[in-house]
Amino acid sequence: MGKEDIEDIKEEGQQDGGQAMLSVEHLVKRFGTETILDDISFRVNPGEVLVIVGPSGCGKSTLLRCINALEDVQGGKILLNGLPVAEGGRKSPSVGTKIGMVFQSYDLFPHLNVIDNITLAPCKVLKKKRFLVEAEARELLKRVGLEGKEKSYPRELSGGQKQRVAIVRAMCMHPEILLLDEITAALDPEMVREVLEVVLDLARQGMTMLIVTHEMSFARAIATKVMMISDGHVVEEGTPEEFFTAPKTARARQFLNTFTYESVR
Amino acid sequence: MPDLGLNIIFKGKNFARLLGGLGVALRISLIAVAISIPLGLILGILMTRKNPILKAILRLYLDFIRIMPQMVLLFLVFFGTTRSFGWNLSGENAAIIVFSLWGTAEMGDLVRGALIAIPRHQYESAQSLGLSPAQTQIYIIIPQTVRRLLPLSINLITRMIKTTSLVLMIGVVEVIKVAQQIIEANRMKTPNGAFGVYLFVFILYFLACWPISMAARYLEKKWR
Ligand SMILES: Nc1ncnc2c1ncn2[C@@H]1O[C@H](COP(=O)(O)OP(=O)(O)O)[C@@H](O)[C@H]1O
Ligand SMILES: [Mg+2]
Repeated sequence: MGKEDIEDIKEEGQQDGGQAMLSVEHLVKRFGTETILDDISFRVNPGEVLVIVGPSGCGKSTLLRCINALEDVQGGKILLNGLPVAEGGRKSPSVGTKIGMVFQSYDLFPHLNVIDNITLAPCKVLKKKRFLVEAEARELLKRVGLEGKEKSYPRELSGGQKQRVAIVRAMCMHPEILLLDEITAALDPEMVREVLEVVLDLARQGMTMLIVTHEMSFARAIATKVMMISDGHVVEEGTPEEFFTAPKTARARQFLNTFTYESVR
Repeated sequence: MPDLGLNIIFKGKNFARLLGGLGVALRISLIAVAISIPLGLILGILMTRKNPILKAILRLYLDFIRIMPQMVLLFLVFFGTTRSFGWNLSGENAAIIVFSLWGTAEMGDLVRGALIAIPRHQYESAQSLGLSPAQTQIYIIIPQTVRRLLPLSINLITRMIKTTSLVLMIGVVEVIKVAQQIIEANRMKTPNGAFGVYLFVFILYFLACWPISMAARYLEKKWR
């Protein structure tokens, strides 16, 4: 996505009288009788990077999946530019490809090489000319340090390389908002940085993102806003400075403590 | 050097008869495979459905066919139907029916396995990229299923060719039956003929199945 596009989107958002790009209102999500998300509300404005943190199993993935219409919801509303994201159990046509998502598990299509993985959806869904999409894909691959890997198959790539391809694949659909669900959680530590650098680069370009991560220093560097979920509720929301240096709630302090170690000497 | 009786293979029409016998075996297998693949695809897709009654019925069919020795099935269809229903099935047609029933069950299980082996994330990534359900099937699911399936179904063909040796039990003159006839006819002059003739039969089976196995292995390597 070019800089101009992003400026356009920002203006659109403002023309709508300051309407948020994404707004989640009183969201309730149950699996059977178990309530996973209970009355979650928040908004994301164009260009914002919202980092969602919280203990394992608190429903972060479920929240992103609800926003991407991969799960049905039992209450509340999820609106993108004022329109509901889901319609009849699927993503609504008005939202279409405006939401991009990258998952924790490497989810490239194993039977397609890198360039075909990236160009499939733009060609088949957006009906773009293949040579145009391919030129763009090559440009983006170069940008994420994967020049020359166009013809490689996913099985020939490292985890970090696969996730970078997955990001490029999502970006080639020109989403308005990108959802990243623990995209480095399955990576070896030395590969985490190469992937997070790509995400930082997207943030610098003004990409609107919702990021779930356990990489706290990354969260602090990239977030415009941090939100912590626990037991199905939003327990704290604030700027990264507020959240990481002076958390207001005991629950957040306790959570942040799990990432630091006391010296034993 | 002991007389292996290899000479009788080339006596009279013996060579052509043996090849003809192999032809019968191959014909039964290939017709059965041609029937089993589409039926197996349907069976496999139905088996991934959530309907518990449908599932139980298909499971029963699958287990019944696989547990039953193929020979019993052959006898059941060939002799059983003739006696009970007065059908006049030729041995070859009975064999085609039995091998199609068996092949459909095996193929159905392979298809089911290939379908459930595709992770949920493949569907979800496709959906996230905006692909419609039909596009997801065409560009993502079917190509992956076929890649998993093709080597396995090729192996099924070789298993079928090998198992056709049983059909001599219901009077079909396939390669082993021809071999027995030749050995029998030459009992007086070449008492050791059995070794040479069966060695030749072994080579024939090998030549028929080996290229097929090689193709399966090649595809497996290429697509894994
Ligand atoms: N498809 C599902 N069916 C039933 N329970 C589920 C399903 N998916 C997730 N859960 C449950 O929902 C809770 C939240 O899961 P998840 O959103 O994956 O948590 P997180 O991403 O924060 O670790 C967990 O308790 C999990 O067991
Ligand atoms: Mg998760």
